[in-house]
Amino acid sequence: MAELKDTTRTGTDAAPATPATEGAAGKAPAADAGGERVPTVIAEDLHIVYRVQGGRQRGNATAALRRILRREPSGRIREVHAVRGVSFTAYRGEAIGLIGSNGSGKSTLLRAIAGLLPAESGRVYTNGQPSLLGVNAALMNDLTGERNVILGGLAMGMSREEIRERYDDIVEFSGINEKGDFITLPMRTYSSGMQARLRFSIAAAKQHDVLMIDEALATGDKKFQKRSEARIRELRATAGTVFLVSHNNRTIEKTCDRVIWLEKGELVMDGPTAPVLKAYAEENAR
Amino acid sequence: MSETTHERATPGPSGSGESHLTPAELAARHGLTVSGARPPLTQYVRQLWGRRHFILAFSRAKLSAQYSQAKLGQLWQVFTPLLNAFVYFLIFGLLLGGRGGMEMTEYIPFLVIGVFVFTFTQQSVMSGVKAISGNLGLVRALHFPRASLPLSFSLQQLQQLLYSMIVVVVILVGFGYYPTWTWLLIVPVLLLQFVFNSGLAMIFARLGSHTPDLAQLMPFVLRTWMYGSGVMFPIGHMVTERAGGPQWVADVLLANPAAVYMELMRFALIDGPHHQSLGAQFWLLGVGWALLFGIGGFVYFWKAEERYGRG
Repeated sequence: MAELKDTTRTGTDAAPATPATEGAAGKAPAADAGGERVPTVIAEDLHIVYRVQGGRQRGNATAALRRILRREPSGRIREVHAVRGVSFTAYRGEAIGLIGSNGSGKSTLLRAIAGLLPAESGRVYTNGQPSLLGVNAALMNDLTGERNVILGGLAMGMSREEIRERYDDIVEFSGINEKGDFITLPMRTYSSGMQARLRFSIAAAKQHDVLMIDEALATGDKKFQKRSEARIRELRATAGTVFLVSHNNRTIEKTCDRVIWLEKGELVMDGPTAPVLKAYAEENAR
Repeated sequence: MSETTHERATPGPSGSGESHLTPAELAARHGLTVSGARPPLTQYVRQLWGRRHFILAFSRAKLSAQYSQAKLGQLWQVFTPLLNAFVYFLIFGLLLGGRGGMEMTEYIPFLVIGVFVFTFTQQSVMSGVKAISGNLGLVRALHFPRASLPLSFSLQQLQQLLYSMIVVVVILVGFGYYPTWTWLLIVPVLLLQFVFNSGLAMIFARLGSHTPDLAQLMPFVLRTWMYGSGVMFPIGHMVTERAGGPQWVADVLLANPAAVYMELMRFALIDGPHHQSLGAQFWLLGVGWALLFGIGGFVYFWKAEERYGRG
């Protein structure tokens, strides 16, 4: 399978690129000498430190009040160094898988790219506004699915007409209505799988420069996984960059052409899917 | 650990003569910007304007979801403030004699307007405190100017107040006050109070995003403010005659924003012996408070834009 690259680009720095073909699954990322590769995300020696309230030590209320008034950092705050010096450059049209054991800093890295976590040191440069799609990110639970679709679209900056046009697609894609008229029920009545599906469908309705998906696919059923994998390929084809966190190697294999392997917040390996997954599997087999 | 660590050196094998660039230079060359940086104020205002449909739709959705679990549903929009006013009527109107010489026909509209107008400010502050901390899911999932949230909540309270104003009109007419031209003044009063409330909500949204404890503390502060603004009694009469306090205390209390907007509303709607004419300084104060808090609160909120939803 060969896919067109750079055809939708409207870069200012390069002449309209001659469509450079690239091997599927990123077999030869450096080979497209014809068109210049456009970076969409650049991470430069990124460090993220969480400050967690309510650690081991105990403090009394007056001490806490004094700290608030003096704007001192609380003594109960503990630091967790979640991402340690990660650097990489992601290009337009890439789908990048993030792998690593639980707590290795994958989700933290995505949130930093999305601009939702401040960097302790280092920087993340992005093209436009990356959108993070996580399992935990609830929309408005007391509102109906229908309203969530509309509000989510409006919040993403879509116009009312755009939403009206895409509304049926979004609902159909989510598959919420397959088992009855669920879209008119409040979102709190949905199962967690249904919630995740609707969230994904809303976010995927818009053309994102950079879309990041945090294990959202793992929650859907087989049919939905198939549909969303197809949608991710579509998003990539139209010049976006996709990041995908997953513990399912098959999902990564099918959707990503590049994999970044994180362990204890450090970048272990970054390269084409097959060799990285192989090394990862070997490491875990030990 | 694998020996293939950092197999790919930064900034990645570009193969097109870019490998000598530092990440910053590469970013600048392709027009990438630092993720999560705060936009300049004018651009922020533009972004916010671009989300106006979201702000309106969100406020409406919240309003209709508010009582969605109650059997009487939307009727509570009107019942809640009315019941509130009724309780204050029993205590201050009948029991404590806080009418300050007003007849019942003048006191009841006075009280109802006071309760509704103050509730508008009170609820804007309370929902402002939770505007960010109570919507972290939304804040972390989607990108939009965060000021949309406190703005949306004060807009929700404004719509709530419009429901309540229907009750006010019914009560006014019931007591024999018929519409006059001065009733049109409620439009600028509501507008000024909305600007003031939005600014206040944005201030508390920023404070509340950092210190969630405010949600516990604010009800007490707001209750103190309510009693100090003369919601259920004429504050001047209470301070100088009942408590024997100095006139300047009464003047200061009357100049506070909540009291100013209540007085403006009462004098626009009630036409009784105690509500004949209102000094022009009240309009000046109303505009002043609105501008001070509206602009100040907005800038204060914007200053921390990049930090909301983190941690």
